[in-house]
Amino acid sequence: MYTEQVMDHFMHPRNVGEIEGASGVGTVGNAKCGDIMRIYLDIDDDQIVRDAKFKTFGCGAAIATSSMATEMIIGKTVKEALAVTNKAVMEALGGLPPVKVHCSLLAEQAVHAALWDYAQKNGIVIEGLEPPVDDVDELEHEDEEE
Amino acid sequence: MIYMDNAATTGLSERAFEAMRPYMMENFANAAGTYSFAAKSSAAMERARGQIAKVIGAKANEIFFTSGGTESDNWALKGVVEANAAKGRHIIISAIEHHAILHSADALKKQGCEVTVMPVDADGLVDPKTVEAAIRPDTVLISIMAANNEIGTVQPLEEIGEIAHRHGVIFHTDAVQAFGHIPLDVDKMHIDLLSASAHKFHGPKGVGILYIRRGTKIAVFMDGGAQEKRRRAGTSNVPGIVGMGEAAQAAMEEMETAMPAVAALRDYMIARIEKEIPFVKVNGHREKRLPGNVNVCFRFIEGEGMLMLLDAAGICASSGSACTSGSLDPSHVLLAIGLPHEIAHGSLRLSIGENTTREQADEVIEQLKVIIPRLRSMSPLYEDFVRTQA
Repeated sequence: MYTEQVMDHFMHPRNVGEIEGASGVGTVGNAKCGDIMRIYLDIDDDQIVRDAKFKTFGCGAAIATSSMATEMIIGKTVKEALAVTNKAVMEALGGLPPVKVHCSLLAEQAVHAALWDYAQKNGIVIEGLEPPVDDVDELEHEDEEE
Repeated sequence: MIYMDNAATTGLSERAFEAMRPYMMENFANAAGTYSFAAKSSAAMERARGQIAKVIGAKANEIFFTSGGTESDNWALKGVVEANAAKGRHIIISAIEHHAILHSADALKKQGCEVTVMPVDADGLVDPKTVEAAIRPDTVLISIMAANNEIGTVQPLEEIGEIAHRHGVIFHTDAVQAFGHIPLDVDKMHIDLLSASAHKFHGPKGVGILYIRRGTKIAVFMDGGAQEKRRRAGTSNVPGIVGMGEAAQAAMEEMETAMPAVAALRDYMIARIEKEIPFVKVNGHREKRLPGNVNVCFRFIEGEGMLMLLDAAGICASSGSACTSGSLDPSHVLLAIGLPHEIAHGSLRLSIGENTTREQADEVIEQLKVIIPRLRSMSPLYEDFVRTQA
């Protein structure tokens, strides 16, 4: 059901962990739905993402998308990181089964939440960045519920 | 490969396969034929009917062949409701029934049937007293499973059956997980209808039975030819039926010797998991439990990742997490026993059988001791938990 790339990022996830004194931390999702992602960012004075780490409670796709999302934003500017969409993460993973698309959205939202935390801490406005939504997962699932 | 998903399906036994083989090849006759070539097939079928009846203390003419547990469950619920409409349209089921029962009940509800769902306690047991209290003058059926497919809890069938009969209500039990694994007696347990499926006890897939106690009012399920006394039409699946009969007889012969060993291995696995892996919860009743069922929740992790890592280690198992159930919610069984969502997501079912060895059990536990900490090291829930402990 998963592509080789998803399996690779699940079996050998990149950037698992925490960053002490991170520039920004974002946590999205909820345990009720079975997915929680937390992303830590280390951003330097030039607004470049020097490092990113993640912790994820969730399925194989959730872990793989977190891993891929962190890979895709390391070395990017804050603006470029913000432009990494869930679609881009999915494409990099060679696609996801339809029921797992929300995992990629969660990864995008986790990056945004961490960037928002960074912006708030530093009094910066990042153009196009919206404040994080609570219960991203529930919002996503609304129309799927019976 | 280590196969620990026997509750999902079992492998066909050599003995059942050998019994089936002639009826797939040289004895291919339609059992309904009038020539002597067909008589062999119909005789083999009737022999199987007897073999199966014996397992549950029934008479051979009370066994009706179906395509499996799901069909039998559908037939029991829908057939009883249809045939007893004059009495009423109220049925009683439990919250932890298989989807074949739950969704049949939903379908009946849409047709105006009323359904009372019995809760279960933290071990997954139905309280017979609450069943009795739920009976109404228009109650036509009580359907409570013999043993649960996920957590293995065995229900007090005898008490529930006694209550049903005292109130003149038909009693059905979905015994798909129990048949051939634990003793069942339709008279002692006051059972009127019983569903079973061959592939859960080393028989072939696609064949099962509905036991119908003589005199039970139940509608015809499949219209067509005269098979199964005109109550379930369709050309008889002779090889399947023969294989099921042989597997049923083998299961009965071996129950007393094989099952205590399976149960001992189950208890050994549960004890080791509880002792050697922290933050674990055992699901289901500890004693009133299917011999082959191990079901535990590991806190702070989600089941699918666990299954994927087990699979990578060559181990087949299952989970009641949302990701594996194909819906957003974890298993209805785990929620019904009162588990919060986040704990239910971390469930693991290991269903062992007669062929499971101690070495395999040890290997699975050694793998879990690596996999669980690995997933926890990635879990923000575990990170938060550790922080609160510091």
